[in-house]
Formats: sequence, structure tokens, C-alpha cells
Amino acid sequence: MSQPRVAVLRFPGTLDHESAARAVEGVGAEPVFTHHEDAALPDGTVAVVIPGGFSYGDHLRPGALASRTPIMGAVKAHAAGGGRVLGICNGFQILCESGLLPGVLRPNASLSFICRQAELEVADSGTAWTGGRAEGETLSIPFKHHDGAWFGDPGSTRVVLRYRGENPNGSIDKIAGISNLAGNVMGLMPHPEEAQDPLLGSVDGRVLFAALVA
Amino acid sequence: MSPTMGDSGRPLYEELGLLPAEYDRVVQLMGREPSDPELVMFSLMWSEHCSYKHSKPLLKGFPTTGPRVVMGPGENAGAVDVGDGLAIVFKVESHNHPSAVEPFQGAATGVGGIVRDIIAVGAKPIALLDSLRFGTLDSARSRFLFRRAVEGIGHYGNCIGIPNVGGEVQFDERYEDSCLVNAMCVGVVPHDKILSCAAKGLGNRLVLIGNRTGRDGIGGASVLASAELGDDDADKRPSVQVGDPFTERKLIDCCLALSEAGLLVALQDLGAAGLTSAASEMASRGEVGLAIDLDRVPLREQGLAPGEVLVSESQERMLAIVEPANMDAVVEMARRHELDATDIGEVTDTGELNALWRGEEVVRIPSLYLTDDVPFYEVPRNAMPAPEPIDLSTVPEPADLGAAWLALMGDPNIASKRWVFEQYDQLVGAGTMRRPGGDAGVVRIPGTNRAIAVTLDCAEWHTELSPYEGGMASVLEAARNVACTGAVPIAATDCLNYANPDKGSTGWRLAESIRGMADALTAIGAPIVSGNVSLYNESPRGPIYPTPVVGIVGLLDDASTSVGSAFDRQGDAIVLIGYGEPRVDASRYLGRCAGRPPAPEPANDAALFRLLAASAAKRLLTSAHDVSEGGLAVALAESAIAGGVGASVQVPAGRRADEAMFGEGGGRVVASCDPAHVDAITALAEAGVEVTVIGTVGGDEVSVDAGGSTARVSLRDLAQVWEGSIPAALEAA
Repeated sequence: MSQPRVAVLRFPGTLDHESAARAVEGVGAEPVFTHHEDAALPDGTVAVVIPGGFSYGDHLRPGALASRTPIMGAVKAHAAGGGRVLGICNGFQILCESGLLPGVLRPNASLSFICRQAELEVADSGTAWTGGRAEGETLSIPFKHHDGAWFGDPGSTRVVLRYRGENPNGSIDKIAGISNLAGNVMGLMPHPEEAQDPLLGSVDGRVLFAALVA
Repeated sequence: MSPTMGDSGRPLYEELGLLPAEYDRVVQLMGREPSDPELVMFSLMWSEHCSYKHSKPLLKGFPTTGPRVVMGPGENAGAVDVGDGLAIVFKVESHNHPSAVEPFQGAATGVGGIVRDIIAVGAKPIALLDSLRFGTLDSARSRFLFRRAVEGIGHYGNCIGIPNVGGEVQFDERYEDSCLVNAMCVGVVPHDKILSCAAKGLGNRLVLIGNRTGRDGIGGASVLASAELGDDDADKRPSVQVGDPFTERKLIDCCLALSEAGLLVALQDLGAAGLTSAASEMASRGEVGLAIDLDRVPLREQGLAPGEVLVSESQERMLAIVEPANMDAVVEMARRHELDATDIGEVTDTGELNALWRGEEVVRIPSLYLTDDVPFYEVPRNAMPAPEPIDLSTVPEPADLGAAWLALMGDPNIASKRWVFEQYDQLVGAGTMRRPGGDAGVVRIPGTNRAIAVTLDCAEWHTELSPYEGGMASVLEAARNVACTGAVPIAATDCLNYANPDKGSTGWRLAESIRGMADALTAIGAPIVSGNVSLYNESPRGPIYPTPVVGIVGLLDDASTSVGSAFDRQGDAIVLIGYGEPRVDASRYLGRCAGRPPAPEPANDAALFRLLAASAAKRLLTSAHDVSEGGLAVALAESAIAGGVGASVQVPAGRRADEAMFGEGGGRVVASCDPAHVDAITALAEAGVEVTVIGTVGGDEVSVDAGGSTARVSLRDLAQVWEGSIPAALEAA
């Protein structure tokens, strides 16, 4: 049987597509880079990853311009059919801007970019995105962003991951990642593609990629 | 005919920064008076920044060859072989003067410029580093420059997706007016994809890729970078370029895609002196001519004079040579990256740079006149006498060693630079194994099991006091940082930041420190493959310290053997490895640039590096950390803080406790290891290197027993002072 295909979106200014593609390969799937001007996902796509970066240079608002590209129409249709979508950092911002996830990502409370390792607490073990981890278990995954403070109504979403300890960016309820109520669309500010290799300090990011094809 | 007069009533050449004798030489070479655009081009290309007219004769002393060198100095960046058919490409460059005038854009475009040097070679950038120097943090202006320069580096570097893996930050009042912003970029490229900047092939097209050309950065290399700073610096703000990192990212992707597809004959970035410099370098190196139609250059604004188009330093532009048959493919590739690629001229056989403006030839200069015929100058060598060593009896002994230790931990030069590096993306690309804050950044070489270790360092106090030894120390400190990770130092790049070479002893210090660097580099087998010189870093209040910043690249054949700086395991033995005795001369403990620091012994360092690499390869070490500023006590505290575990050590009696704890000098490394490994490590020591067990990892305090006087400080207090110092200094304002 051929490997399941995962579309890895690429906008002008996307930075993490290559690392995300390697993480997709790591869970036995085939990553397919997908150009923002395409109106359809590649044939046979089972899931979509929107990697981090600075799409369109963060012009206007992070994620605002990318959310209005042709490919996002196809992603919305994919999500409406129950297909899984994982948005990381700028990908999370794009999901919020496109309405696939509620809320917005505001500038960090410090008003500066922060790059740091984070301990993330599983806040909802009921989605596929944290594998079999129980609530309260932690994942060690780094984050790096300037606009990562999620703001919105936590009741409109499922809070999947929270920062343990100090709130690094001022997000509501220390939220690091959320999914839609159906559980098939996930967005998080930390970078699971940077937690795949034991030599880099953690492999805890693998569960989020495993969920794409679980 | 007589020279054109400028707006100020002085001759135009003088306003542009040329000396009367240099102007005469231009006229003599050309056989006529130059046109205004031609004069502007000469003034930029013959500026110190572009021509190295004061330093080039001295740079010839550097070792630049070796079995790993694929491409030495002279191209956009140097390249060394790292196996698996790959080369590592790297260079460090200054952006000091623009940063002193406008720190955010100055520092940001410094990053942009060095990255384009790497992609011009066809390499994919995989790491950035910065070496920064400002005045002390009690100065509002220095706090402003520091904050904004760091923000500018973060703004640009984060957006282009290259991890920032290390560097250094220093504060000293000598840099109050002339801050230093040096940026280094490292890339990787298969040998057969390395691009040269040499233009080739009669009739091939000259193609400008990227941003449109505007008025920004006119004269940046001459009026800014090749003159001292003064009171009118604010007026020079328009000479600072403005960066657009989003376009740079597209440019990186586009150039790498063009190179991958084999569509480029040659590639060159547009930096200082813009199109003039890029075109003349490409023509001279390829021994051809280039004809440019200035009317075809896409402009951001109307009304630019031909001279302005030729020297604008608008950012995010590259110049390529393309075969006519490939033009359509190049334009289409650029369009896919939402960039312009414009045919602006062609390769000719004249050896000249020709520029057409509204159908008329406004420039006709043999390119070698611009690149090779600059008059070179001998710098005056006013030697200074050797300084007297510090008489220790004149240094008061601290009543409380623990308090003195904590004070050193809080010295902003020693304190944690977390406030800086947390503003940088250290990780993008998923290759960063050792993040900033340790001895050196360690990054995996994509697609292989190897890794590189990289660092930037400088010993400016030492260089001020004894330039020859200081040059050696700058090289050896950087190399020692790399060696602590277990990597073998294989090559170097340098950024020589000095004051006005014609004044005082600056010329002598420049010459002597280059000699010292060259001798140390030869001893450790790491040739220089690229570099940059920045002179005139002085203001009416005086010169900076001579600051030869050295970037070293080291290679780890097995990435999994890399060593960090953290004490990790209770019960590990703490081992002091290396040579030399601690002295207070020019130490942070002494707190001033005075005395005669001990001379380094490069051969001993080479032996130390071999021991560290062999120990790491055999997985004998838990940690290794260079003993540098603040001496042994600070090195121990840093390893303890990094690992979150204390340490207890005893240093041999026979010298004053403060000197033993805080003295600097020699080549010393604090390592930790399984006690069962001590014999194996000792067996690797060659002559000139000693291995001494000095203590044990464990507990929640760090204690040092120095000949009967014991200092003990809790790990928590050490960490609090060390981590909190720089944020506190910035918040206090």
C-alpha cells in the first residue's frame, strides 16, 4: 500500500515547510509541498499541515493575507469533510484568520519575540492530537513567536495544550494550542517539528504529526 | 578642464571622500576628467570599505590555504570541505557605522547583507551569529542602541528563517559612540553547485533579481563606513539602507532554486556601492566587460540620476549572469517567487564597465581601474612599549570572596545574554543541537550525521595592551569555544574592527594583531577563508579598542558526540584541562584594560583541541566549558547553572585566592566526566596540556577552596544574579 499523503502548504515567506515535511515522513506519510496559488489539494490528500514562518512577511496581520489565498478554500472544504488540519505558529494564525479556529493571536505581552523551550500540559486528552497522553502529562516542545497570545472565548473551542508554569506570552488561560469542537482542526504556537530528533533534545512533537495519519 | 565642483563649493571628489592625489590618479588612469557618474563610482570603489586600501597589504599575512579549503578569500564568502560532497560556506561582516546612526535598520540590513554573500555562492544558509559591542548600560544612548540593534537583528533574522545560534555581546565605554555590529552567516552547498561571481560568456545576459532600486543607502560605503563618526551623524541617516526581510526570504528561495536548476552562470550580491561594486567585481573576476542599460533598471521612484542608480544600496538585490536561452526560465522562476528578474545588460569583451543612460554612454571605465588600481597605503606603525605586569600587591584582596564572585557574575560582560538570544529564532530548520548560551552553537549538517560548531569571539583588552598576543588570544578563545563542543576547528573568518589607522598607534595595532592571528591560525591549522575590515571606528571622544572578531567553524564527524557546557550528573569528576596560570592582568576581575596578560601558547592550544576532540569522539566527557572572562569560578558557576546542579572544587595552594578563582589567561577548560574516565582522558594529554581533577559535581551550591580560603555561594544566588543583570540594567532606565 502506498503511504498516505499529507499536504504541506507553502506560502511566500513560509519557513518551516522542510522541517514539517521531515516530521511527516517520520510518521510514515508522504509530504507533498502545496503552492498557495493552487485551488485544490493534491490527489489523495488525507491531512494538511500549515507550517510556521512569516507568510507575506506578516504584512497587515500575521496570517491575514495567507488566509485569503486560493489553497485555503480547498483546506476549508477538506476540514468541513472531517479531514485533519494541523496549523503550527503562523499556521495557527492562518487558521484563526480563515475562521477554521476561533479567536485571534495577539502580540506577546512583552511585545517582543520569544524563543524558548516550553513544557506543555495536555489539557484535553479527548482529541487525536496528543496521542494517548493523559490530561496533565507534559510535552517538551519549543516555541518562537512574536504574536502568540491566543485571545478568544475558551468555551468556543477545545483547549488541547497549555503552558506549564509561567505564562510566556499572555494568552488567555495559558493556552498554547486549541482544536475546533469536532477535534479535526488543531492549531498551536509551539513547534512540534522542532521536537522530532533526540539530538535536538526532545521527540515529544511526534504525537502531533502521528495524529495526521492516525 | 578642471574637476566638477560640489554643492558645498569644494570639489565634488572631495565631497565624495577622495583625496586630491587619488583624484589625480583617476584622471591619469582615465586619460581624461571622469564624468560625474564615473567619479561617484571611483569614490565608492576606492573607499576603504570597498577597496581595503589600508589593510589589504597586511591581510596577505593570513594563512588562506589548506587541504579543506575549497574557496579562499576574494569571492563572496569562503568555502571548506566537510565531507559527503558538501562544503560549508561562511563569512563575517561589519555593519558598524549604519548601526551607530540607525541601530534597528543598520543591524537588520547587516544580517541581510551577509546572508546574500552566502547565497551568492549558491549555499543554503543554516546559521547566523552576531558579535555586538556597545557602551556601558548606564548610558541611555547605549541602552537604546543595544535594544534597537537586537530588535533589528531579530526582526530580520527571524523573518528570513535562519537560526541564530550564537555570538557575543560586550559593553565598554570605548564603544559608546562607535558601537560594533558584526554578523556572520554559515551555509551549506554541494561542491558541484558552488557559484562564482566571475562573469563569463560573450553575449550572456546581466540580470538584476529582487527589489527595485531607490535612493536609500547612497554613499553608505564612503561617507558612512569610511569616515569617523561625528556630531552630524543624524544627518547621515538617509545613507542607511532599509531592509525588507520578506523580500530577502523570497530572494533566498529564488536564487537557490535557480542555482539548483543550473540556470545561472554567475551570481553576486549587491552590497556596498550597489550595482557599481557588483558589476565591476563580476567583470574583473571574469576578465570580461559588462554593458549596462540604466534605463532598464526597475526603479522604486522616479528622478534618480545615473550615478545614483549605479551606487544605490537598496537592499535585497542580486546580479546574475544568464545564458540568453535560459532567460525565459529565469524570469518565470522569479515570478513564481513574486520577484522581478530584469535583463539590464550583457557580457562584452571590452574589459570595461559601460553604462547607457537615455541612449547616451555616461560611464566607460575599464573595470580593473575600479577593483585593482586603487592606491594602497602603508599604515604608520607607531609601536607602543610593552605594558608593565600588574603588581598583585597593589590589588586589594576582597574581604568576601563570595561577594566578589557574585559581583563578577552580574558584570553585564559576563552575565547571561538570554535577554538577547531569546529574541532570536534559534531553531528554525530543525538542526540546532546546541543553542546560544554555551561555548559554541552546534548545528547539524542537513542530510548527514555530521555537525558544525560555530562561534564568534575577540579579546579586545588583550589586543589593546599587546596586539600581537591579543590577536593570538582572539583566535584561540574562539577556537577553544568550538573545541569545547568536541569539534575540530577547521577554518576561520575575521572581522577587523579598528579606529582610524592613520592616527596614534592604531596602524601598528592592526598590523601586529594580524600577525598574531596569522601565527595562531597556522598553529591550529585553521586557515582564513573570508573576512572583512572596518576602520575609522572612532569619534571625537576617541578610538575603540582594536577589535579583531574571529569566527571559527569546527567539524564533528558524528553529531551525536557533541559536548555541552552543563554539569549534568551528580558525582561526576570536575577536571581542569589545559595550560597556563591565572593572572589578574586585563581580567574582568581587575575591571580595567591594564597590565600584561600572559602570552598564549598556540601549540599548547592545538594539543588541547586534539585532546578535547578525541575525548568527545570516545564519549568520555559529560561537559566542557572554556575558562575565559571571570576565570575558573565564573566558568564553574556557568556550568553549574546550565545543569542545575552544584559543584565543589579545590584549587592548588600557592597563589592568592582571588587570583586563583578569577584570574584569566592560558588555555584552560573546565570539564566534567564519569570518574572512571579520568585516566582515559589523561592518557590523551600531549606535552603542554595538563589534566587535573579538581572536584566533584553535586549539591546545590558551588564552592571553591583556594589554598585554605573557601568561597561558597548557592546555585540559586549565582543564577539569580547572572540571569537578572542585563534585564535589570535595561529596566532600571
